[in-house]
Amino acid sequence: MRVQSNPEYCLGCGLCRLYCAAAHDGYDGNLLKAFKRGTPQPRADLIVRNDKSWLNTCRHCHNAPCINACLTGALQKDDQGIVFIDSQRCVGCFTCVMVCPFGHIQPSRDSYRVVKCDLCRDQKGIPACVSFCPNGALSLTEEVETR
Amino acid sequence: MTLSLLTPAFSVGRNEERCIRCGVCVNQCINQVHHLDEDGFMWVTEKNCVGCHRCAVLCPTQALTITRFPLDFRPNQYWSADSLREIYRQAESGGVLLTGMGNPRPYRSYFDHLLLNASQVTNPSIDPLREPMELTTYLGDHSAGLSEAEKPLLKLEIPVMFSAMSYGAVSLNVQKSLARAAREMVTYWNTGEGGLHDEVKEYADCTIVQVASGRFGVSPDYLNNAAAIEIKIGQGAKPGIGGHLPAEKVSPGVAQTRMIPAWSDAISPAPHHDIYSIEDLAQLIETIKVATDFQKPVAVKVAAVHNISAIASGIVRAGADIVAIDGFRGATGAAPLRIRDNIGIPIEMAIAQVDQRLRDEGIRPKASLVSAGGIRNSADVVKILALGADAVYIGTAALVALGCHLCQTCFTGRCNWGIATTDRQLSKRLNPEIGAMRAINLLKAWEHEIKEMMGGMGINAVDSLRGNRLMLKGIGLEQHELDLLGVSPAGA
Repeated sequence: MRVQSNPEYCLGCGLCRLYCAAAHDGYDGNLLKAFKRGTPQPRADLIVRNDKSWLNTCRHCHNAPCINACLTGALQKDDQGIVFIDSQRCVGCFTCVMVCPFGHIQPSRDSYRVVKCDLCRDQKGIPACVSFCPNGALSLTEEVETR
Repeated sequence: MTLSLLTPAFSVGRNEERCIRCGVCVNQCINQVHHLDEDGFMWVTEKNCVGCHRCAVLCPTQALTITRFPLDFRPNQYWSADSLREIYRQAESGGVLLTGMGNPRPYRSYFDHLLLNASQVTNPSIDPLREPMELTTYLGDHSAGLSEAEKPLLKLEIPVMFSAMSYGAVSLNVQKSLARAAREMVTYWNTGEGGLHDEVKEYADCTIVQVASGRFGVSPDYLNNAAAIEIKIGQGAKPGIGGHLPAEKVSPGVAQTRMIPAWSDAISPAPHHDIYSIEDLAQLIETIKVATDFQKPVAVKVAAVHNISAIASGIVRAGADIVAIDGFRGATGAAPLRIRDNIGIPIEMAIAQVDQRLRDEGIRPKASLVSAGGIRNSADVVKILALGADAVYIGTAALVALGCHLCQTCFTGRCNWGIATTDRQLSKRLNPEIGAMRAINLLKAWEHEIKEMMGGMGINAVDSLRGNRLMLKGIGLEQHELDLLGVSPAGA
């Protein structure tokens, strides 16, 4: 399972990243609290090239390079196929940052660990980016690439 | 030019406690109203704001409010703020004032002066959830006798069709949305005069193709790749004048579909230069019928003007199977403001008069009557059907369902909602899957409401509503208006 971007309908508005940031780090979807009081960090990048834009987010690969490279077993795949990080075990070696072929995993801004897309698995529903996309350019797909 | 005397039309308010400097307003406004610099300082250029609400709707924290610019002129009943601003604009530009969408002036709306009947005691009302209720409508020539071959008819499961809106005036995604909705709801969408783009050819079974004075994109394939053909003589927003798609909107896709050079003005003449009389119209109708092997009904669309009943009678006698009449509230992608605001007559009067005239002359079964221009909701549909129309065209209502906020600047080609534009980036803003779903929802909602209103009147088929003016009462109308509408006053 992963979030798929359709550049045909992506407006490049960036709402996906805002809602993504507010959905994580304990802000519980509260945009105002996240952006006025906190240090929100979106788990995905909006890429704009010429007249196309799309959301570059985790592919949740089969045989994911980040999981293979993780020294401490912090990066794991759950039974739904979601690649997520157990922050308690992350030591901030950033090996995963280097091996991710899509440049998706980022160092956290405020602690010595990494952050990545977890498809909002804690909230048990459609990921925030997909549900708040104003133009239906993001969707959940079962297609996952094998590395 | 020296200092402009025009002050902004709208004021953009930003609640600083809510603004999170996300920049969505900046990247969504094509008119460049919002600015954000690298220091996080935000400012607005209010004179660019057209009041389309794109920024306010997409603002994730509802930090924005758009209000009328609070600069009042000294009160004057005669010289309104609009009339002063229009003079300032012309004194600066020296040009004809352009505008978009329909006539917004406070002329009397007869829809708002008509009330519907309901059954009480003496005849039962019908619950559409429990009993069958039929909205199926057939448009075309119903006059064939028992021994004659039936004429081609259009079958509608809801008597509401989508008005002609050309690719060029609107984006291809609008046409795709409406075409999908028309197929789903078993009704029709209309290509307008801009030809048929390859990507919407698959919707032939629910497409009405238009032949207008510019003849853009017309070919035998075009005529045959449709359920019906409509000859457009005039349109409610600008009766008597032609069309002008500005060169900026003639993108390569539009150019290919219209069969004209890209980035050149697409000008439709005011009249059809081969139609100077009813006899000429009869020739074109016959030509089109021959070209389509008599398999498709031919419609003729005219604007509602002074002698509309005589004109409609001529059109029916010229062989049209459907007469579409567009009232003075009908909208457009671009029209001179004075034309839009001052020409034509109300559709309610036109339909009532034409229906009566065709009945009096015994030719009503020869053609169906379609009402266009200014249908806002399902009650308007029911009222116009009771005044004599067979079906309605909706244009503005359909676009509003897709996101239009009636800012009336369609003619600029810079539609923030991706509707009245051919710009590739802006067109993306309307995802046809979402557009189709919203248009389908609108028609489904109206279908339920029409059935409820018909059920209340004790009517279970739309055939019994058509021209049934006993179901209407006028309120607040003068006697001559009641006579023209053919309805009695409330209480009588």
